[in-house]
Amino acid sequence: MESVPIDTDGGPQVVLELIYRLKVRDVMTTDVVSLPPTATLREAQIIMRDRGITGVPIVENERLVGIVSIGDIIEALDGGWIADAAAKRMTEAVIVLEADMPINFAITYLNRYGYRRFPALDKDGQLVGIVTAADIIRALLVEMNREVERLEEGLSRRRRTAEPGAGISGGSSSNVDPSMPGATDGGLASEVADPPADLVFQSRKFDFETAGKASGGLKKALKVLGVEPMTIRRAAVASYELEMNQVIHSDGGSMSFHFGAGTIEIIAADQGPGIPDLDAALTEGFSTANEWIRSLGFGAGLGLPNARRSSDEFSLDSAQGRGTTVRALIRY
Amino acid sequence: MRISELSSVFGFECIQDSYEDVELHDGYTSDLLSDVMAKAAQDAVLITIQAHKNTVAVASLVGIRAIVLCNARPILDDMIEVAKAEGIALFRTDRNQFQVSGLLYPAIHGKAG
Repeated sequence: MESVPIDTDGGPQVVLELIYRLKVRDVMTTDVVSLPPTATLREAQIIMRDRGITGVPIVENERLVGIVSIGDIIEALDGGWIADAAAKRMTEAVIVLEADMPINFAITYLNRYGYRRFPALDKDGQLVGIVTAADIIRALLVEMNREVERLEEGLSRRRRTAEPGAGISGGSSSNVDPSMPGATDGGLASEVADPPADLVFQSRKFDFETAGKASGGLKKALKVLGVEPMTIRRAAVASYELEMNQVIHSDGGSMSFHFGAGTIEIIAADQGPGIPDLDAALTEGFSTANEWIRSLGFGAGLGLPNARRSSDEFSLDSAQGRGTTVRALIRY
Repeated sequence: MRISELSSVFGFECIQDSYEDVELHDGYTSDLLSDVMAKAAQDAVLITIQAHKNTVAVASLVGIRAIVLCNARPILDDMIEVAKAEGIALFRTDRNQFQVSGLLYPAIHGKAG
């Protein structure tokens, strides 16, 4: 099995919650056999045969330096270089996962790169496991069973209490889509339309796929209002930084936009864990983001300072265990 | 210079060509998206190695019109899709950020330095 047929972007809410909640370390195989670069492909072949696996990581000084796959072995048998050292024939540019990534990354990688397995590294770059599609599907089935059981229980409880007309509660699919009037083309920028109703968007921890939707929605709404470009930019920067902070650091939260007379109020409220040191968090260059988040170009410690600089009023309320609420006001 | 010159003059491979061929007034070179958000100008070209769709989100929010992805980085399909939806041009080159910046600077600002 080479792919995981799950939509990591849309798809049912329950499944989405699962693939963001489960981490690579929750599903990976930790009993990993590796070989040094000096080992021969024959040795790799024997390990694969005896253990029924399809790839062997090559490790030197506790660092992953390559991988020998069953494809490499077949080629070696065919080409007559099965006695060569692994170092000579292994795949060196290995795409890896980090153990604390949510498994939606693993699913995306499997479907995207066509490799059947990805080594998982810990924060220090040490090999701690291997993830295959089978590992992910097994873990997901277990969790889905549990989740379906829970939903069925809730359903039968609801049937027993028989509340007619009561909606299903739970789940956070309350992405209120902005239903904006059509954009006004032409130069009537000074003609300001009626302020739209509040917009509310939900954000999810480590969901880099849909991150930015709230800020995109805000930008569109302000364009329709005829707000001047530099103000739109300030609002978009403040909003995007606060939104990314929720994705990177919080357990999920919401972005609300309130349109007043000549003001945009942004309320970014999350469910925790809260900021331990507010002064540090507002200092440029201070960041608690981990390595793989930084590799995406985030977590440079510029977020909150950027958001504050872009706002006319800015306040931050946070307590550990309670969550963080940021209010940013932009005037135009 | 116009966006289309990134391929016609500089030979960068155009990956996403649904864009309005406007004049580029500035450029910005960075792999830190928050830095791009804070400092990049409007109607600019972004020179970076961040080949994923969050880069497009940032570009769209600050009004960047074109992105040049350096070091021949593999570009993911979802990045191309989002860029198409936002009308942001994508180019790829095997040159690095320093080389691309040097090439584009005189074309955008008249002379080097």
